[in-house]
Amino acid sequence: MNVTHQTHDHIVKSYDDELKRLTGELQRMGQLALAQLEAAVDAVMARDSHAASKVVHDDATIDALEHEVSHDVVRLLALRQPMARDLREILAALRIATDIERIGDYAANVAKRSIVLNQSAPVQLVAALPRLARLAQSLVEDVLDAYRNYDTNKALDAWARDEELDEQYTGLFRELLTYMMEDPRNITPCTHLLFMAKNLERIGDHATNIAENVYFLVHGAQITQARRKGDTTSILPLDDPR
Amino acid sequence: MTDAHFAVAASAVPAAAAAPATGARPKMVARNLDFYYDGFHALKGVDFDIAERRVTALIGPSGCGKSTLLRVFNRIYSIYPKLEAKGEVLLDGENILDPRFPLNLLRSKVGMVFQKPVPFPMSIYDNIAYGIRHYEKLSKSEMDARVEQALMQGALWGEVKDKLKQSALGLSGGQQQRLCIARAIALRPEVILLDEPTSALDPIATGKIEQLISELKSQFTIAIVTHNMQQAARCSDYTAFMYLGELVEFGETETLFTKPTKTQTEDYITGRFG
Repeated sequence: MNVTHQTHDHIVKSYDDELKRLTGELQRMGQLALAQLEAAVDAVMARDSHAASKVVHDDATIDALEHEVSHDVVRLLALRQPMARDLREILAALRIATDIERIGDYAANVAKRSIVLNQSAPVQLVAALPRLARLAQSLVEDVLDAYRNYDTNKALDAWARDEELDEQYTGLFRELLTYMMEDPRNITPCTHLLFMAKNLERIGDHATNIAENVYFLVHGAQITQARRKGDTTSILPLDDPR
Repeated sequence: MTDAHFAVAASAVPAAAAAPATGARPKMVARNLDFYYDGFHALKGVDFDIAERRVTALIGPSGCGKSTLLRVFNRIYSIYPKLEAKGEVLLDGENILDPRFPLNLLRSKVGMVFQKPVPFPMSIYDNIAYGIRHYEKLSKSEMDARVEQALMQGALWGEVKDKLKQSALGLSGGQQQRLCIARAIALRPEVILLDEPTSALDPIATGKIEQLISELKSQFTIAIVTHNMQQAARCSDYTAFMYLGELVEFGETETLFTKPTKTQTEDYITGRFG
């Protein structure tokens, strides 16, 4: 169920300006995190360590924006004493900023490992990463879009689709295990790939957090239905990866 | 906030939309209450409960009827001509609007404290004793004990115990307001009505009154009108939002300030136009 977002302005216009600034910072953070994710996966595929280093370096920009968001949230809470929807808007911004910052970290981690990966021979299974990344990216895009438009249907849809990402990750996990068992020389690159895939899977989890916060922001309640989890790697038997 | 802005939205709210449900036993109950100031319809079909030994806050823009509603609860309007209340206001089930309900009894059961502290121009001691003498014949020692008890309950005893014979007019604004609360308490009322009791006080004096309110609610039923929404949020268990003489929304304070159900309430508490 969607509810119409409040469009009335505050009597004190500067309050509106401050809230707009806050949501603007969030959108900027989101766009940066998405760009970082794309650049990280491109760097992996191109085996471009220079581009990967840039991704690692640029993560600081997202971190700095998160600090700005925290600062603005503290200021709004202290000076405006927000109530009701304003309070939820501000709390949601704080939580979403943390999730976007983590998404940025995961993109940087993927880039960091690709630099190590480039020091050994190319591994064929790397080709599975972009598919995982695309799905993670589309989840993040959707939840940011849902946040921008207070669209809880879109948020719920993305929230449910994380299961798909989990399943893809589990599939890749099995493949990588098989690969490692076939030839121990694959263990080092495949371990890095496994971590990279796990980073992408975790991005999906943060996207679901954002979806939950969009729902909370609009409805003032938590999503009550249980979400299905597709990541079963923690309970997979080690002796039979297939 | 312009009246024109609210006028359109207010007409969309049915009068019966705010069915009160406080959970606690209602001490005072207004049912289908209308109030007129010389023909001006100031309260429109208000249904409202004041829960026993809880704090109930009334909020809303100026002229919304919140002070009028509070004043109906001890019929203080009856000192002015051309004012008329219709409907029912029950105190423990008895209709206090019935002219047969003795006004003296009502005022002793339902005390009131106003925005501006109005100590009588007499000593601190006599400010408290004055009202008691109207209702009870007490010996000197009994009266001393009652005055001390009231000042203790009003969180003022420590500050005035050595100057009880001095004029109450020499007290600070915050002390004067606590004296007025102590004066109301001295009559051992069941309900205390507070009409913007801290709007003329500094934050420290305001904090002391708020602390006092939280202490008093274990013994008294309290209703408070305030323009300070944070105060309503801090002090009260239940909050009612009024607009244009109607009770728009009434519920638990926490819910009303975090997840109000009416757009008008949300607009008001978040400082927006409605």
